[in-house]
Amino acid sequence: MAMPERDDTDLLFKALADPSRRKLLDLLYAHDGRTLGQLCEHLAMTRQGVTQHLGLLEAAHLVVAVRRGREKLHFLNPVPLQEIYERWIAKFEAPRLKALENLKQNLEKDHG
Amino acid sequence: MARSQFIYVAYIRTTPEKLWSALTDAEFMKQYWFGNHCESAWTAGSPWKLVAGDGQVLDDGEILEADPPHRLVIQWTQRSRPELTAEGPSRCVMELEPTGGAVKLSITHTVERDPSQLVTAVSGGWPKIVSNLKSLLETGAVALAEAYPVGNAA
Repeated sequence: MAMPERDDTDLLFKALADPSRRKLLDLLYAHDGRTLGQLCEHLAMTRQGVTQHLGLLEAAHLVVAVRRGREKLHFLNPVPLQEIYERWIAKFEAPRLKALENLKQNLEKDHG
Repeated sequence: MARSQFIYVAYIRTTPEKLWSALTDAEFMKQYWFGNHCESAWTAGSPWKLVAGDGQVLDDGEILEADPPHRLVIQWTQRSRPELTAEGPSRCVMELEPTGGAVKLSITHTVERDPSQLVTAVSGGWPKIVSNLKSLLETGAVALAEAYPVGNAA
């Protein structure tokens, strides 16, 4: 069954609340489509540890794994982060930036 | 083989039929794709284009596969920026899989070159489009009315 929205959000923030998992997201942001082996090279932890972290990131939909032949490639999925942005940031951003722009225009007009 | 690719996934509380219709209906599309819409017969072999609100063709190509409401593959060439057109056709695969009360929408966009400016350019837009589509289907309203609120206001 589809999980209620609250559980999805809990999983998302839990997934983000760990430096190793954020490092994994940074690694995928820099270069998408990496294997477990390639990701392990950058982290001082066991393969099992990295697998567990990737599992939590996948459960939060922040990482999508795709099989290609014998390899499993991991991709950063920014869609849940976009939803956080829209929920708490986007609606404040536009008026504030508009205010700055008006200020700039008014100040420049005085000098014109 | 060098390739650039991204895969974006969203779980949308809807049915595969409604999602397919949302992905192929021009008027519905304008609501979540920031005024842009696609024109196509949505059958394999038919031409496809993405058109801006002012009529400019942003991208064009061909439908490579259409299996409603499961899978859509578009051969996609960028047309509004010469440096992106020069990269040649890309491939956009949309897959719809029912999972419980939701549908898993996976969008995979691939160019057979690395690095690809086209993949960088379209990867910024897809999360906004997909989460707008999700909000619209689930709540009846989009989350973002404009793709770039600041740029448009200027």
